Amino acid sequence: MPDATDLRILRQLLADPDASNALLAERAGVTAASLWRRLEKMSETGVISAVQNQIDWRALGWEVQVSLRFTLDKTEPRAFDEFMAAARKVPEVTEIQTFLGSVDLRLSVIARDMAHWQQIYRDRILTLPHVSDSDALMLVSTIKDSQEMAL
Amino acid sequence: MTTALDATDMAILRILATDATKSAAEIGRAVGIGQPAAWRRIRKLTDSGVLGQKRIVIDNAAVGFGVTVFLGIRLAAKGRTSLEDFERAVTAIPEVQTVQHVLGQFDYRLRVIARDISDFERILRRRIMTLPGIGQVEANVMLSEERRPGPLAAL
Repeated sequence: MPDATDLRILRQLLADPDASNALLAERAGVTAASLWRRLEKMSETGVISAVQNQIDWRALGWEVQVSLRFTLDKTEPRAFDEFMAAARKVPEVTEIQTFLGSVDLRLSVIARDMAHWQQIYRDRILTLPHVSDSDALMLVSTIKDSQEMAL
Repeated sequence: MTTALDATDMAILRILATDATKSAAEIGRAVGIGQPAAWRRIRKLTDSGVLGQKRIVIDNAAVGFGVTVFLGIRLAAKGRTSLEDFERAVTAIPEVQTVQHVLGQFDYRLRVIARDISDFERILRRRIMTLPGIGQVEANVMLSEERRPGPLAAL
């Protein structure tokens, strides 16, 4: 389990993920060696499971992002597995979440423009298996996107 | 603005989207170029904004935040409360990590973290339901999440 110092380091890291280790150590009030050791340990124990670079698809000219919400046909026992396996084969899918609630599953899908979106929707989304209902939320703008946690 | 990427750039993006801790030397070796060339390409991808902020993937439950909820929010009386008022208030809630303005059945989608379900209930009652202009709210508790690399092969 992470101790109070680990949580202090994590809080600083999540508040500014691109900060250098030297800066993080200073903000968390630990030495650079201690910071490195604690980050290593948190990676080994799975508290930090990965550090990844996010890709800004808008900077690459992919202007459309849609949040697709699905309700699946639960009379089919393999509905979740088969739906997710099919969704993973769609390259434009960037996120898959499962839920407890009125929505079973959510996909984040990107497209170059509206014509491209229509094509993906018709060819790759409407053909996903075991869907009993779905709706789409089209992204207008991201107001806040933070990884911060009150640790 | 669209940046033209070649196959080597895409290979580098694919590596960094999985593991951002890899050094320029390791990446160079993996894609078959020297360390200085790899460093220059990473620098170019960063400067053009293609390589975004790092995502620290952590085990939320291990640090005491076992519950993530996605909220769909519909504003009640559009025009009465300005979108700015709602957005200012909702972004100030520390447990709300993501706020997106969307078109469709809802006006906004939120990602909220909580220590447990009763902590979530507290956030929902005291912070979300008291937001200016709040109308219909739909909550779905997240069970699992996976991020995909995206259409890197299609660029």
